[in-house]
Amino acid sequence: MRRGLWVESALVLVVVGLGFALSPFLYGNESLLFSMMAYVALAQGLNIAYGFTGYLPFGYVGFFGSGAYGTALAIMFLHAPPIAAVVGGGLLAVIFGIVLAPLLRLSGAYFAIANLAASQALYFVVANPHLSNITQGPYGIKLTSVFAPTESYATLWVIVLLATAVAIYLRVSRFGLALRAINQDAQSAEVAGVNVVRGRLVAWLLSALVAGLAGGAYGWHISVFYPHSVFTLRISIFAIVFVLFGGAGTVIGPIIGAVLLYGLYDVIGISTPEYFQLIYGLLIIALVLFLPNGLLSLVRKRVRYVL
Amino acid sequence: MGLLEYALIGGVLYGLFFGLVGIGLNLIFGVMRMINLAHGDLIMLGAFGAFWVYHLLGVSPMFGIPLEVIGFTIIGIPLYYLVVPRLLATRDPEMLSFILFFGLSQVIEASAVLGFGNNQRSVPGSTLGGGSVVIAGQSFPFAWVVAAGVSVVAILALYAYLYHSRFGYATRAIMANRDEAQTAGINVHRISAAAFVAGFCLAGLAGVFAPYMLGAIDPNMGVDLTTVSFAIVVIGSLGQPLGTVIGGLVYGIATMLMQTYLPSWSNLLPYVLLIAIVLVKPSGLLGRRVRYA
Repeated sequence: MRRGLWVESALVLVVVGLGFALSPFLYGNESLLFSMMAYVALAQGLNIAYGFTGYLPFGYVGFFGSGAYGTALAIMFLHAPPIAAVVGGGLLAVIFGIVLAPLLRLSGAYFAIANLAASQALYFVVANPHLSNITQGPYGIKLTSVFAPTESYATLWVIVLLATAVAIYLRVSRFGLALRAINQDAQSAEVAGVNVVRGRLVAWLLSALVAGLAGGAYGWHISVFYPHSVFTLRISIFAIVFVLFGGAGTVIGPIIGAVLLYGLYDVIGISTPEYFQLIYGLLIIALVLFLPNGLLSLVRKRVRYVL
Repeated sequence: MGLLEYALIGGVLYGLFFGLVGIGLNLIFGVMRMINLAHGDLIMLGAFGAFWVYHLLGVSPMFGIPLEVIGFTIIGIPLYYLVVPRLLATRDPEMLSFILFFGLSQVIEASAVLGFGNNQRSVPGSTLGGGSVVIAGQSFPFAWVVAAGVSVVAILALYAYLYHSRFGYATRAIMANRDEAQTAGINVHRISAAAFVAGFCLAGLAGVFAPYMLGAIDPNMGVDLTTVSFAIVVIGSLGQPLGTVIGGLVYGIATMLMQTYLPSWSNLLPYVLLIAIVLVKPSGLLGRRVRYA
C-alpha cells in the first residue's frame, strides 16, 4: 500500500461516518438521510462489482430485495433479533449471488441483461399470490412490532462504513490490483498468475452482501413494504447512475454521486419524478459521451491519485 | 384439445408479432454491436403514434405507419451520426452504448409521461377490421391475424434487403467484420446509419400493432418490452436477424401455453427463458459462437 493512503482512507471513513452520524442532529428529515445512506451503500456495493471487475449488475436491486425479504422472513418466522435478521438478509443475498454466479461466464451486455432478468424473475416469485403464506405475496410485509428507527439507522450507518472500507481495501490492496488487471485483460491477468474466477466471484459476493445488508436495514427501518418497493428497477438505475456520475472504480466517486444526485432527487424528483427522470436520462447520455469516467476524472488530471 | 389448439395457433400468431418486436433490436446489434436499450421505448412511441393517429385523425392506425417511418428516419439519422461514431471510438463500445441507450430510454419514457400523461390507453380492435377469424376450429381476433401478416411481410422485406440487394450485401459484410468491410471500400457509416434507422422503424412498426396484441398501452411499458425483445433475440441468437423469428415463435407459443395452463406464473416466463438460454446456450438456437468473458 502506498504511503499516505492510510491518512486518506481514514479521512474518508471519518468524513462519511461523522457526516451521517451528526447530520440527524442538524437536519430534521431523517427519512431522507436514511435513504441517502442506503443509496451510498448501494452505490458503493455496485461499484465493488462494476468499478473493479467491469460487470454491470443491472439487476442489483435483486440483492437489495433479497436482503429486505430475508430480514423480514427471519423476524417473522424465526423470531430473530432484528440485527441478526439483517445479517441473515445479507447472507440470503450472498446465496442469491452464488446462484447467479454462473452468469459471470457471460460478458458485458449479456451479463447485465441476464442479471436484470434474474432480479425481475425473483420479484415475480416474491410477489406471486400463491406464495402468500411465506412472502405475503403482493400484500406486503409488516414489521411494525420491531420498528426501531434509531437502531436501524445505526445499523445502516455501520453497513455504509463497512461498504466504504471494502471499497478502500479493493482500491489499495494487491487483491484490488488483481481485480483491475482482470478487468482490463482477463487473459493476460490469468497468465500473470491471477486467479480470475476466484477474484471475480469474491468481488461479486462482496457486492451482493453489501446490497443485502443495506436491504435488510432498509426493510427494518421502513417496517412496512411491498415487493415493488424493494424490487423496483429504479433502485438499480439510481445506483448505476450515482456510480457513473461520481466515477466508477474509485472510493469517493460513488459517495459523491449518491449524496449529490440523491440530494437533487429530493429537491425536484419527489414532486415531479418525470422531470427528474428526464434530467438523469440526459445526464447519463452526456456522461457517456463527454465524461465516461465520471466527475472524479476531472480532478484526476490535476491530482496524481484519487482514492 | 380445444385449449391446446387455441394456445398453439394463438402462439404462432403472437410469436410472429413478437418476431417483429425483436427484429429491430437484433438488426442494430448485428450491425453495430450495440444493445439498443431504448428499443422498448421506441415500440411504445410507435404504439402512441397509432393511438394518436386513430384519435386525432379518426383514421385507421395503419395510416400511422408511413408517418412513423418518416418520423423515426428524421430522428434516427442525426442520432446515429451524433452518437454511434463517437461510441465506436471509445474503449468499450458495447458497455458504454448499453448505458447510453439506457439514458435515451429514460429520456423517451419521461418525455412520453410528460407529453401523453401517465394513463393507460387502448385502441379498439375494430379499427383493423373487427370480427374474428376461424383457424382450425378456433376463433382469433382479426387484428391478431393482420398483425401477424404484417410482421411476416416486414420480416420478408428485411430478408430481401439483406440477401438480395447491394446495400444488404454491404450490411452483412459489416456484420461479419466491420474493419474489413471498411477496407473493402464500403461506406460503413452510411450503411450502418441505414440499418440503425431500419431498426428504429421496425420497432415503430411493431408498436403500431402493440395496442391490439398487448391490450392497453402506457408510457412505462418500454422496459418490459426491451427485456422481452432481448429474450427473443437471445433465444434466436444475437446478430442473426432471421433467428429472431424462431425466438419470437418460441416465446409466443410458450407464453400462450403458460397463460392457458399456469396463468399466475406466466409473467415469469420471458425472464426464465432468457436466463436458461443464456446459461445453456449463450449463442442462441441458431448461433455460431459468442464471446465469453
